[in-house]
Amino acid sequence: MELLGLVYYWAFAILLMIGFYAVIAKPNLIKKLIGLSIFQAAVFLLYITMGKVEGGTAPILQDGVSLYSNPLPQVLILTAIVVGISTTALGLGIVVRIKEEYGSIEEHDIQERDRQ
Amino acid sequence: MIILFGIFLLTLLVITALAIVRSESLFAAVILTGIFSLLMAANFFLLDAADVALTEAAIGAGISTVLFLGALALTGEHEQGASRNRLLALGVVTVTTLIVIYATFDKPRLGDPDAPVHQHVGQWYLEKTPELIDIPNAVTAVLGSFRGYDTLGEVFVVFTAGIGVLFLLGIGPAGRPEDEPDQGLRHYLVPRVVGRILIPFIFLFGLYVQFHGDYGPGGGFQAGAIVASSVILYALLEGEARALRALPMRFLQWLVAGGALLYGAVGVAGMLLGSNFLDYSVLASDPITGQHIGIILIELGVGITVTGVLLCVFHAFAARGRV
Repeated sequence: MELLGLVYYWAFAILLMIGFYAVIAKPNLIKKLIGLSIFQAAVFLLYITMGKVEGGTAPILQDGVSLYSNPLPQVLILTAIVVGISTTALGLGIVVRIKEEYGSIEEHDIQERDRQ
Repeated sequence: MIILFGIFLLTLLVITALAIVRSESLFAAVILTGIFSLLMAANFFLLDAADVALTEAAIGAGISTVLFLGALALTGEHEQGASRNRLLALGVVTVTTLIVIYATFDKPRLGDPDAPVHQHVGQWYLEKTPELIDIPNAVTAVLGSFRGYDTLGEVFVVFTAGIGVLFLLGIGPAGRPEDEPDQGLRHYLVPRVVGRILIPFIFLFGLYVQFHGDYGPGGGFQAGAIVASSVILYALLEGEARALRALPMRFLQWLVAGGALLYGAVGVAGMLLGSNFLDYSVLASDPITGQHIGIILIELGVGITVTGVLLCVFHAFAARGRV
């Protein structure tokens, strides 16, 4: 039972590394960006997990409730999600321009053309 | 019971993530990313983060999927061949996973109230919110007032990213509806009927989330994404040109800058009234009313900028496909 409390952290580690694998091992640039967003989501999960308090409720104050989860990690992650999509959009914009200039979004094709 | 459900959701998340990475069709991978975000939102909800769950559902499962599909339409749906050093990557990833998992044994257990993260400023925010700000949603109080500087910075990051996308892709030639009569899904009965019913309600829900953010889960970030998704749905159904006629690019660019400026202006107003930057207490005779006014205004600024940036990015991708 003691170890059950760590399952969320393990899921964080596994998701983080699945995303990282896509970033380093997949040659396709869109796949790399998808991997990056999985990586990002794993970090979000870590923060939100740390903010949870046993028996607490969502930090929306109401009468008769005295135990709330920590609002601070939630605030940080809430804004991080929106910033994350904006930077992903910027990345996708760059990928689209690379496709137009190089005719491919595969890593080795691009490196091949750069060497010529 | 809840932890069992949590483990179930986490297992689904890991399976989905593996399927995303293994899938050779990028189209399938993007759709699975939408499912991944929805599962992640359910997980956040279980962990008491209602605001974050709402944001993840609106942005991850909604807008991000549309943007990825827009990019796929311009770059092609299939990836070719795997990388040469797959085994090396697999080795690095496995070793790192084991190290991180080993490190977690020192971490406090899930929900431990004595964990270091709860010993500092978080508790103070919860205690002081009723006294200083007097709104029920502590997340909004921290976001809008206690940590207003952070949020201002985030809004400018979103703003900068939007400008960056417009720089990279341009806004494209102004399309006229009569030039392209076959745009959108207008000829398909079911999407058209269902869409027309849904769009006004999605928009209304967006406004509710915007202005109810002080009392329940919600606020400018979520509302901006929801309003933008209703306009994107309109663009998908009726064709992009019609959406642009309703909300022209010039207007959207005003939104992008206007929201960020509104946020900054509220901060400067505090300074002009004799207090610090982003101190709302002086905006009204009573400090608590001042806080309420300030939070509503800056949330509005956030909502306007997020809507503007997401729609500009969407139109930039769509316009690129037209030329």
